[in-house]
Amino acid sequence: MLTIKNLHASINGKEILKGINLEIAAGEVHAIMGPNGSGKSTLSSVLAGKEDYEITQGEVIFRGKDLLELSPEERAGEGIFLAFQYPVEIPGVSMTNFMRTAVNEVREYRGLDALDAKAFLALSKEKQALVELDKKLAGRSVNEGFSGGEKKRNEIYQMAMLNPYLSILDETDSGLDIDALRIVSEGVNKLKSAENAFLVITHYQRLLDYIVPDFVHVLYDGRIVKTGPKELALELEDKGYDHIKKEVEA
Amino acid sequence: MSDSNKIIDQAVSSEYKWGFYTDLENDTAPPGLSEDTIRFISARKEEPGWMLDWRLKAFRAWEQMTEPDWAHVQYPKINYQDIIYYSAPRKGPKYNSLDEVDPEILETFNKLGISLEEQKVLSGVAVDAVIDSISVKTTFREKLSELGIVFCSMSEAIKEYPELVKKYLGSVVPVRDNYFAALNCAVFSDGSFVYIPKGVRCPMELSTYFRINAINTGQFERTLIVADEGSYVSYLEGCTAPMRDENQLHAAVVELVALRDAEIKYSTVQNWYPGNKEGKGGIYNFVTKRGICKGDNSKISWTQVETGSAVTWKYPSVILKGDHSIGEFYSVALTNNFQQADTGTKMIHLGRNTRSTIVSKGISAGKSNNSYRGLVKIGREAEGARNFSQCDSLLIGSTCGAHTFPYIECDNPSAKVEHEATTSKIAEDQLFYCNQRGINTEKAVSLIVNGYCKEVFNQLPMEFAVEAQKLLSISLEGSVG
Repeated sequence: MLTIKNLHASINGKEILKGINLEIAAGEVHAIMGPNGSGKSTLSSVLAGKEDYEITQGEVIFRGKDLLELSPEERAGEGIFLAFQYPVEIPGVSMTNFMRTAVNEVREYRGLDALDAKAFLALSKEKQALVELDKKLAGRSVNEGFSGGEKKRNEIYQMAMLNPYLSILDETDSGLDIDALRIVSEGVNKLKSAENAFLVITHYQRLLDYIVPDFVHVLYDGRIVKTGPKELALELEDKGYDHIKKEVEA
Repeated sequence: MSDSNKIIDQAVSSEYKWGFYTDLENDTAPPGLSEDTIRFISARKEEPGWMLDWRLKAFRAWEQMTEPDWAHVQYPKINYQDIIYYSAPRKGPKYNSLDEVDPEILETFNKLGISLEEQKVLSGVAVDAVIDSISVKTTFREKLSELGIVFCSMSEAIKEYPELVKKYLGSVVPVRDNYFAALNCAVFSDGSFVYIPKGVRCPMELSTYFRINAINTGQFERTLIVADEGSYVSYLEGCTAPMRDENQLHAAVVELVALRDAEIKYSTVQNWYPGNKEGKGGIYNFVTKRGICKGDNSKISWTQVETGSAVTWKYPSVILKGDHSIGEFYSVALTNNFQQADTGTKMIHLGRNTRSTIVSKGISAGKSNNSYRGLVKIGREAEGARNFSQCDSLLIGSTCGAHTFPYIECDNPSAKVEHEATTSKIAEDQLFYCNQRGINTEKAVSLIVNGYCKEVFNQLPMEFAVEAQKLLSISLEGSVG
């Protein structure tokens, strides 16, 4: 589904990603772990198409298309979804209005008819239930006045609404208490299928108890320095990133 | 010599002894402003003597006045002797079919969802008899006259309802009020007159055909609305369709009078030609709008969506004279490219327990400048007066400007005056968040801007609100990245 080859990216002339190689197939869950500043969030931003980054080398093929040629909204249409680490507030725009616009834009891109109000509300209700999202939030402005947990659940709700092929979860566990973490993870697990894939970016092993990865990659200094099965996450938790740093530098 | 020419000739010749001439072919006054011009206009409109005297008085006052320069706008000096002050409304169609109309205008019509037939009317194409606006007008008029409501052109009102006009014209905006108002008094072309009798609730928005009616009202519009005791009227002015005009200077005056227990709701969508992307051309829109809540428990509400004109200078105001009267001002002013807007309101509290609300939303994009200027004045007798003002500015890009000039004068210690102001910018991360959900930048800006303006749009009649939203999106096209 996704093939990243020798991806280099920099911001303001400073190279952050220094040759990423990664292959994700449908039905898989990949976790990317790594210390602060290793390039985890840069990788998710680059995949989603944030313009601040300059791609200096490499290629990204997503479902047969050159992803780097597409605008962020086209990537969304192709089925890339990014659950933000810090969901953005948009005052005055109701969540319902925002979501309906997004759903119909994506449907239009995929050559589907727009959902009418009734169909949209039915779908919305179903997906809200998935992450136990309070109905009242739909009437409020996007992310405005949402608690930390509500914001993250709201991201998963949007993911469910847009039905992506590849979902990137950027530190979705940060700032979540244990109950919210469970709700978010259960939501993700229900959405998992043989058709889609997940890229879970996290600092801690904790989230991976709930969303069990097929592969764990360790990102350090802009490169994937180690790949292993889910047990690798436990090992990291146990020995810390310093151990990896030493291994790499040795 | 044709009949109409004869009439003009007769009307003019008796008054003009100084070699005044008219280009009869075009039925247009020569450029320049003098007492002769005013006599010509008044004669051409077959006005009674008292009206001519009023105009002349205004002209003499105007001659003594100087153009104001305190607004935060810049434009080349206007030569008032270069302007043509009277041009008869065009009778025949400008074009034979829509194919002859500027395709750019037609594209905008389509984006606004204006029907083909209406497009023809708006762009001056000959129309089918079926939607002839005259017949539509007649139907409405009959319905309104059953209730005793008067809704006609100012010219007609001067002839048919002279007592009402004499009583109220200039009673809210006096002849000497300001430079542009005085000019308007002297040379006003036409406009609307509305009278709602005691206890009558006007059953329709006085707008239903206004989009058609609004064409050819000319550059010096004059509107007077009187709501008698216990009556209600909602009036819509303007048009979401882009209005081109050869006349660069527009100086309108609108006066509203609400008597005891009466309510007037006045909504405007202003979309005059703003000039091109380099800032060339465009209308100077210098408008004086004021209402008086004359009686107790009366209410006047102004709602405006301003997207057009190169320069806007406009402060719809309310004088709260009656006890317990209410004044409201809801405004969205959007400037793009090189547009300049200096707009706001004045709430003058004179009566006891008077209340006013001001919600102003300014949006600046491109290289434009957008200023809010507002005065809240609490008079000595205005026991228990209250005001709430909220002035928000939204910046799009980094080459535009937003300015706020709030003035508060309070002479009564029991009054409560609140002012809130915010300035925000559409942030890159908001746009990226929308993009990531599949919404392109142009749609995202429109979504965010419409969200920001929601409070004001909620005040507009439903159908107009939908059009206003589309209008904002069109006006902002190309303003981001």
